[in-house]
Amino acid sequence: MNSILELRSVSMKFGALFADRDVSFSVEQGTIVGLIGPNGAGKTTLFNCIAGYYKPYSGEILFNGARIDGQPPYRIAKLGIARTFQVVRPLKEMSVIDNIMVGAFLRHGSSAEARKAAERCASLCFLDEFKNKPAGDLTIGNKKRLEIARALATEPKLLLLDESVSGLTSTEVHEMVQVIRRLKDEGLTILMVEHIMEAIMPIADHIVVLSHGEKIAEGPPATIVHDPVVITAYLGEKFAKKIAAEKVVTGGNAENPDNPEQGASV
Amino acid sequence: MNTTTQNILMKQHGRTLGWAGFLVVLALLPSVGIVGDQFLSHVLVMILLNASMAQAWNIIGGYAGQVSFGHSVFFGIGAYGAAYAVTMLKSTPWPGMLVGAVLAAVVSVLIGYPTFKLKGHYFAIATFAIVEIFHRLFMVWEDVGGAVGLDYPILKDSWKFFTWSKSKVGYYYGALVLFALVFSLVRIIERARFGYYLKAIREGQETAESVGVDSRKVKLAAMALSAALAALCGSFFAQYNYRVDPSMVLSLDMSMKFVLITILGGIGTLWGPLLGAVILIPLQEYTRAYLAKLGPGVDLIIFGLIIILMMEFQPRGIMGIIDGVVSHARKRAGSKAGNGGTP
Repeated sequence: MNSILELRSVSMKFGALFADRDVSFSVEQGTIVGLIGPNGAGKTTLFNCIAGYYKPYSGEILFNGARIDGQPPYRIAKLGIARTFQVVRPLKEMSVIDNIMVGAFLRHGSSAEARKAAERCASLCFLDEFKNKPAGDLTIGNKKRLEIARALATEPKLLLLDESVSGLTSTEVHEMVQVIRRLKDEGLTILMVEHIMEAIMPIADHIVVLSHGEKIAEGPPATIVHDPVVITAYLGEKFAKKIAAEKVVTGGNAENPDNPEQGASV
Repeated sequence: MNTTTQNILMKQHGRTLGWAGFLVVLALLPSVGIVGDQFLSHVLVMILLNASMAQAWNIIGGYAGQVSFGHSVFFGIGAYGAAYAVTMLKSTPWPGMLVGAVLAAVVSVLIGYPTFKLKGHYFAIATFAIVEIFHRLFMVWEDVGGAVGLDYPILKDSWKFFTWSKSKVGYYYGALVLFALVFSLVRIIERARFGYYLKAIREGQETAESVGVDSRKVKLAAMALSAALAALCGSFFAQYNYRVDPSMVLSLDMSMKFVLITILGGIGTLWGPLLGAVILIPLQEYTRAYLAKLGPGVDLIIFGLIIILMMEFQPRGIMGIIDGVVSHARKRAGSKAGNGGTP
């Protein structure tokens, strides 16, 4: 058990409103952890705390055992945590390869080496053919992969993906899942916020569920999808009861068509 | 992958040769008699000087996207540095130039340090304010001549005193050295990590920070370099004019020249500042010489009109027009060759 990232009762509040309250969990080296929860659960806020965009109101964030909370984003990037943005932020007037090079310059001083590193990241994220295009002209699917390629170019130990899949067509979702699998194969640790269950359930090793800023459940995907607390948080109490009742009636058959991939991945 | 890297390197070597060749051609102009005519040589000196000024501004205003209206202050500090050394200290202008450049960098950091922390237009507003502050300050500061300014004594024509009274060829070479220095620096920056970071900050500061760019430090470095180079231009201006006074160098008019030439030529591009100067400076000098009877400021009216038209039709300046023409021609060539798509 070697946790690369550890959150110890992290809280973040805006005015009197708690966006996150006493959230604790850890991310093990080499795993993919999914952070899920309904809208407004505080997922992106938590991300912003980890990446240094917000200073947590209370609690500690540890990266490889050292505290990082309250440090500015650029220093956190230097330590080895890279992030993508939920709303994509391409450096529009710069070409795709130049965008990625900006990331690569963190570890490579010379332009030639940065370019080489950037080309690797571009092909890892299926961006080869768009290398010389202005980043602003890409489709949303490519822009989302550019976010990853640029983050990846900083050679992080931990990658934070903020809704990299949402808003994509099913083909693009498929490509993205492939990219994320590749990254895992390369040994990268990933913490991903995601809305789309089909995308996250088959690839995540561990799921943390937030609701109204608090952690309500944690565990492997197979248990999370059946957790009544999680179902209630997502669908409301009325619906959750209905599902529970149906399960009793059909003797558990109803759950199987819900997640065919589930069985395959576990 | 290796071949593309090699291609890029080859291209870069080719361009470096081209740049060196261009400088050599400029250096040879006097020997073929082109700089002989006093007025023409004056125009050429002014083009080289203004292109250098615009390029200095371009580092922070164009590449880093932090628009400064305060560059006349740095220019003025450089001008006063050289003039003070010559008139008050009776030395050569060189130590004044150096001290001026350093002082300008210090002042620029003092302005940038608090304002780069804030988002929005605080930096631009602060730079506006310092022009007024420095203008007033130098108007009443008797040690540097007050409102009258500093008048140069007669000096011996030489590089030592950076003075040439008989012909403008000396100044032409002086301006060329300045031009070569500023443009070569920006050429190098454009391809280095520093240049990529500047552009990244312009295109999205938060994005840049997310990949490890300490945006404030990078902006301060760009600002200091930009200010120091602007000060060198100011020193040259003082030597060329043989006098300085607050209204001449420490004015918003002077600040706007840095901005307008760059915008006209193409903001954030290597050649934009030169193209802008090549168009605006002859216009300025010839209208001043031939339309003087219409009163002062005719050149500024024409400046303004050109800028309005540019903003309306091609905000990326002359470089934008050139890019458009080139890519159009490439597309046509491509479709003729039967490729159809772009390479």
